[in-house]
Amino acid sequence: MAARVIVTTSGKGGVGKTTSTANIAAALAKFGKKVVAIDADVGLRNLDVIMGLENRVVYNFIDVIEKVCKLNQALVKDKRVPGLFLLPAAQTRTKDAVNPEQMVALCEELKPDFDFIMLDCPAGIEGGFKNAAAGADEALVVTTPEIPSVRDADRIIGMLESMGKSPIRLIINRLRPNMVQDGDMLAKDDILDVLSIDLIGVVPEDENVIRATNSGEPMTMNLDSPAAHAYLNIAERLLGHDVPLMDLESYAGRGFMSKLKSFFSGKRKK
Amino acid sequence: MDFLKKIFGVGGKGSAHVAKNRLQIVLMHDRTDISPELLDNLRAEIVKVLIKYMDIDTGKIGINLEHEEDAVALVASIPVLRIKRGGKIEAAQ
Repeated sequence: MAARVIVTTSGKGGVGKTTSTANIAAALAKFGKKVVAIDADVGLRNLDVIMGLENRVVYNFIDVIEKVCKLNQALVKDKRVPGLFLLPAAQTRTKDAVNPEQMVALCEELKPDFDFIMLDCPAGIEGGFKNAAAGADEALVVTTPEIPSVRDADRIIGMLESMGKSPIRLIINRLRPNMVQDGDMLAKDDILDVLSIDLIGVVPEDENVIRATNSGEPMTMNLDSPAAHAYLNIAERLLGHDVPLMDLESYAGRGFMSKLKSFFSGKRKK
Repeated sequence: MDFLKKIFGVGGKGSAHVAKNRLQIVLMHDRTDISPELLDNLRAEIVKVLIKYMDIDTGKIGINLEHEEDAVALVASIPVLRIKRGGKIEAAQ
């Protein structure tokens, strides 16, 4: 095995990087891949709570870099899905505790044992971003359909391009199909127009994201919900499968709930 | 009137196209934003090329990116004292 290393980033905070990382990592593991999700947000770690593994964290990747522990001692195995691991960040350290070369070395050490290494990047364009991005080959850029978020995504895409990351693909998160239909929210095509970047998925606004965060179980593990479905599709596209985009517009129309029910009671198309 | 409607996003359409227009303008400016260091380097290189061909008043050079509503231009003002002729160009090369 030689893992693909993918960084999830956005520039702006609070757009769903960590939620995306957790759900895509869990989905890839559900599809039978061996996955490690690394929390690269040193000092403000949250991937552990989003994944519901906070009580099982003993060591973190800074401990590994400083040789306080072995790499496999710091890896937290998710018991709910085979093949899913978390490598936590240090909470009581700062981003200066690690440098890009060390992140690259860490990823290289993990590569032989995994199919996917998912790096959850901190917000911003400073050291934390550069550390996280350094280790990655590919990038997922998360944006919401709002001006500040798209603007920051543009900045980040430019930086990722100059670092030679490829492919760089976009996740549009928290889209509200009914607002798009009313002309009150940037549509998928508006965003793709201005960013000119490949799209890997559109995740609709979904209350289940909050429920999943409350319970500490990524949606893609069990839940049938629009966002879970969108993240499963993104994982499939990462695996190279040609999955059509969800018909979000139909969610916005009348009979939203009934459509949703029939949608999920049917078999999920490949 | 139509123009105003467009600006304020009334008359059937929502606020999304206003967002898109604003976004396009913001991004155009962001993408052409240049750091002071980069502009200094550019100025130095342009001067290096120009002095092969002419004597210029290096103290009065103005090179800047000028942002208009929907366009960005590199505007340079370089006072020329004298054009160099013949041999000097070859010597410089």
